[in-house]
Amino acid sequence: MNRICQSLLRPSYRIPAALNGGASASAATTPGSILCRFFAADAATGAAVDKATMDKLVRTNKVVVFMKGNPQAPRCGFSNAVVQIMRMHGVQYDAHDVLQNESLRQGVKDYTDWPTIPQVFIDGEFVGGCDILLQMHQSGDLIEELKKVGIVSELLKAEEAKQQDDKAK
Amino acid sequence: MSQEAGQYPPIESAMRKALNTELKPVFLEVINESPQHNVPKRSESHFRVFVVSEKFNDLTLIKRHRLVNDTVKNALKAAGFEFMHALSIEAKTPKQWEPEQEPEKSPPCLGGHGK
Repeated sequence: MNRICQSLLRPSYRIPAALNGGASASAATTPGSILCRFFAADAATGAAVDKATMDKLVRTNKVVVFMKGNPQAPRCGFSNAVVQIMRMHGVQYDAHDVLQNESLRQGVKDYTDWPTIPQVFIDGEFVGGCDILLQMHQSGDLIEELKKVGIVSELLKAEEAKQQDDKAK
Repeated sequence: MSQEAGQYPPIESAMRKALNTELKPVFLEVINESPQHNVPKRSESHFRVFVVSEKFNDLTLIKRHRLVNDTVKNALKAAGFEFMHALSIEAKTPKQWEPEQEPEKSPPCLGGHGK
């Protein structure tokens, strides 16, 4: 049974109906969470989360991240790097803490056939882990990928604003 | 960084051998970063691989990483090891590589290991 409990940091967000199969999580509230909502899954043990559930999970937002810890308190340097990159680009995303749920940790690894965490999805597609995201960030590809799904990176906005400024001078 | 003498380090040796065989790299660096993490001494849990190979020429970034992951996974499986806790990868084509280039540094450990 793949019951994913969710505690939303921003109660105003819609809980995807497909995933709201038993939300018994205490209402966690962490201040300062503007850019992402964080799903603390229950500590269920047992079989890995199945493909159908993963299909839904990776589409709950345009950008979905599976990480160790949560965006306010990452518990791994690689997960933290992904959080920092997302912050720089001003991306709003869903984050799942795999340390809270062994089934999810195994489920996402099976789903992508990728051995390590963090894992980043854009528009339901697996993009890669920390190294790939970092390289996409450095090459500018991340801005392009975000643009494809209708997200304008804050870095791009800043760049364009600067160019406007320069023109005005 | 590597210690050639004796049986240690078995995982690093298996990785190096498999990557050399499978990818015929122009340049290969396998770095055991475990000492930077909260793990016992002589652990082989956290690695960084910097590899330059012609085999990456027509592959997207994710396919290059999959190739490295799979090569390591198969080698470790054959040697009777589980996949390591962390494997960081930089995979470049010879054209993208300048010999004086240093591998990136991994981010500092935040202590998530052990679970």
